[in-house]
Amino acid sequence: MREVCRISPDSILPDRDGVLGHTGMAPRAEPAAGVARLVERAVELLGRHARPVAVFEEIAPSEFAQVLEGEGSNVSPNPIEAIHPRAERTGLFALTLGREVQDEIGALFETGEFPLGYLLDAAASAAAGRFARVVVARFLEAVVARGAAAPDRTALDYSPGYCGWHVTGQRRLFERLGPGEIGISLGESCLMDPLKSVSGAILVGPAEIHRIEAAYSCCAACSDHHCRERAGRPVALRPS
Amino acid sequence: MDLLREIASSLETGDDERAAERTRAALAAGVAPRVVLDEGLVRGMEAVGARFKAHEIFLPDVLLAAKAMIAGVEILKPLLEGEGMPSRGKVVIGTVKGDLHDIGKNLVGVLLRGAGFDVVDLGRDVPPERFVEAAEREGARVIGMSALLTTTMPAMARVVGLVRERGLGGSVRTIVGGAPVSADFAREIGADDYGYDAANAVERVAALVAR
Repeated sequence: MREVCRISPDSILPDRDGVLGHTGMAPRAEPAAGVARLVERAVELLGRHARPVAVFEEIAPSEFAQVLEGEGSNVSPNPIEAIHPRAERTGLFALTLGREVQDEIGALFETGEFPLGYLLDAAASAAAGRFARVVVARFLEAVVARGAAAPDRTALDYSPGYCGWHVTGQRRLFERLGPGEIGISLGESCLMDPLKSVSGAILVGPAEIHRIEAAYSCCAACSDHHCRERAGRPVALRPS
Repeated sequence: MDLLREIASSLETGDDERAAERTRAALAAGVAPRVVLDEGLVRGMEAVGARFKAHEIFLPDVLLAAKAMIAGVEILKPLLEGEGMPSRGKVVIGTVKGDLHDIGKNLVGVLLRGAGFDVVDLGRDVPPERFVEAAEREGARVIGMSALLTTTMPAMARVVGLVRERGLGGSVRTIVGGAPVSADFAREIGADDYGYDAANAVERVAALVAR
């Protein structure tokens, strides 16, 4: 099963808190009037310039084990090694908001409109995260629709560069998935082009497989402190 | 003087149009350009910096203030040409070879300019030699490098090595930053300092040039 999905940018535009959350602002903090106005403009610009497109494909668990192995640079043990053998279905995905967004951010910095450029960058990061959840939901719907997973199953995405999966793991992921079809390429240093792109794996199974109980060494070095919150709300077709 | 307080206040509210308009008004009222700069714009930026440090405001507010500061400075620049715009030193910045993420580096550039540094921005995907050549050519006191990928971090070590090889270690300091970069990594490669975010990078650069 392989699908390319193009969606309207409107369906992934973040709200104000979503944008400001990517700027380090405390949750639900009230921004100054000038900042609030700029956030609105940034979201409006994002809606105009984003061209969200994604590709996802189901792969066999044994194949995923090879993709995950990458070039042998993962931190081991890592949470994904523990989660994926318990997953019932496994997929790969890549998504992008397109090149126009990054060009617009660059243009805003070049013309001295850096506060707006910064907030557009934050809005795009938030939108990419929202898009990932849309893609995960589409994948889950597809496997449930053909009876390959029970309707009460949940899904979460995991990306190279996080959870001990080394960023060079993207090379094997790209070889297997081939996201060139939707315009994403991988540079020598494993940098995706366009920049506002995300790639990774989708693991489907009971909600509890995503909960990370053990403290891994990669967690100590990680700057993202939202995993437990994220693992507590995997994508589900039926609200729990 | 009220006009100077209004200039400072326009930075605190991030109003670049008002900052420019009040700067012109102060000049029209006969206030010396240097006084407008020091007691209006710089004072306003210092107040913003203090509030940011106290976590009362956030980076978007600081960027709006920096934009207002630049609006005022642009008006003052031609008038200060005789005595020269005061500079805290020249800093060469760039995103290292192989990396195209430049938001962090751009923010550091904006905040450095707002803090009175001259900035030579080499852009992104910058080879190690270009950092060092630019620092030599420009007489820069600091090289600031940014990386967002673990795969591109080794390029930082090559820049630090080149600075040493060319005997510039006494005059050119190096500072590194970016999401995967840490103080431990900076020490490991022999960089002089590490900035954990854009605002901290400016503080660290100020400390480096003061050494």
